[in-house]
Amino acid sequence: MCDQTFLAATFGPCDNCSANRPLMNIYLKNEPINYCSLCVELMACQGLAPGETLASLKTESENLKVKLEEERAKLHDVELHQVAEKVEALGQFVMKTRRTLKGHGNKVLCTDWCRDKRRIVSSSQDGKVIVWDAYTTNKEHAVTMPCTWVMACAYAPSGCAIACGGLDNKCSVYPLSLDKNENLAAKKKSVAMHTNYLSACSFTNSDMQILTSSGDGTCALWDVESGQLLQSFHGHTADVLTLDLGPSETSNIFISGGCDKKANVWDMRSGQNIQSFETHDSDINAVKFYPSGDAFASGSDDATCRLFDLRADREVAIYSKESIIFGASSVDFSLSGRLLFAGYNDYTINVWDVLKGTRVAILFGHENRVSTVRVSPDGTAFCSGSWDNTLRIWA
Amino acid sequence: MDQTMSSKLQSSNNIAQARRTVQQLKLEANIERIKVSKASADLMNYCGEHAKYDPLLMGIPASENPFKDKKPCTIL
Repeated sequence: MCDQTFLAATFGPCDNCSANRPLMNIYLKNEPINYCSLCVELMACQGLAPGETLASLKTESENLKVKLEEERAKLHDVELHQVAEKVEALGQFVMKTRRTLKGHGNKVLCTDWCRDKRRIVSSSQDGKVIVWDAYTTNKEHAVTMPCTWVMACAYAPSGCAIACGGLDNKCSVYPLSLDKNENLAAKKKSVAMHTNYLSACSFTNSDMQILTSSGDGTCALWDVESGQLLQSFHGHTADVLTLDLGPSETSNIFISGGCDKKANVWDMRSGQNIQSFETHDSDINAVKFYPSGDAFASGSDDATCRLFDLRADREVAIYSKESIIFGASSVDFSLSGRLLFAGYNDYTINVWDVLKGTRVAILFGHENRVSTVRVSPDGTAFCSGSWDNTLRIWA
Repeated sequence: MDQTMSSKLQSSNNIAQARRTVQQLKLEANIERIKVSKASADLMNYCGEHAKYDPLLMGIPASENPFKDKKPCTIL
């Protein structure tokens, strides 16, 4: 799902020279401005030091990339799976489908657990967002969105609201009421506005702020109450497909992955891109923090999942097999971080031993691509959503 | 590892983009890093310490897992 329209120019009068030209929408100190491409170039040239040319800048950036790799390689003294040889191997895993949630009319695209460990919100291609009670499989709420392909949904930490969005380029928040007859769509609040589809959204520690990622190549932090943009994050050069917030309440970082094959680490307060990892060979469909917050896993269309350590600043493990040729769409860790659950486009879910790098189980059951995998907040089960219109709870 | 700049952008040849890239790379090259052996040891320790609290790893009895079906009781 990668389209390159995020740099689509609008046409109109330039803010600088007032000529009617194709405009580039850029941000200066977080303020959006519309300059024609000539004025953007002039502005950049004015900041050049003597002797700097495009060619010299390019050489400098190539040299810096080489230096970056050298610095990273200096600390690469051992592989994770070698260090993990002394850890006990895991036994046989028996995980079965314990519940099947049926009710969506089309592909399930995204799911999220509520902190109460029993409710799940799921969104689908048919435009419906459903809140389920996973213990009883009952549907508690259903919302019909005005667009199809609702690619992102999230449960608020309080459990009192859900956020969702997709092809409408927006993220909307719906407060959940206890009154089943109340029309949820009436209380809808539009929070985020992007210039392309919404690919992922997540509440921060409170119900008050939402982080979104979009096909327009940016991530953004919004205030729910006012709908105001608090911070925007620029750096990806293609659609951003996924994001995940740091697990600890005090961490101020989040990670994102996109069609430019890069996984970026961001500082939420300054908007700065702190680290970047570019070892995947194709689009990164999913990123998820390791429970300690010091590492993260990614799943990609190149059929591999990889583990990146933030403090070592490099990829430390790769989870792949020659027999796995379909892309991984979604990843999540078990509570201790020892197991990595990954959903693939070949309809299976593979369970990996994070430390040793081996596969410990392969789960069959879905009849189409697995699009999302989420472990419950207390770690007792995990939920998978698929293009076969169902969700399955495994334990 | 792919060393070429992104070729997807129309404007990847322009100066503004190149300067941003150079600045970003300078920042990234200068961050503090630790050895992979230390990072791996920390990951292993985390797993070890939290393994006993991980229901999917250790397996918990059906009676404690709300998703697992409890075996039917027969009343004698």
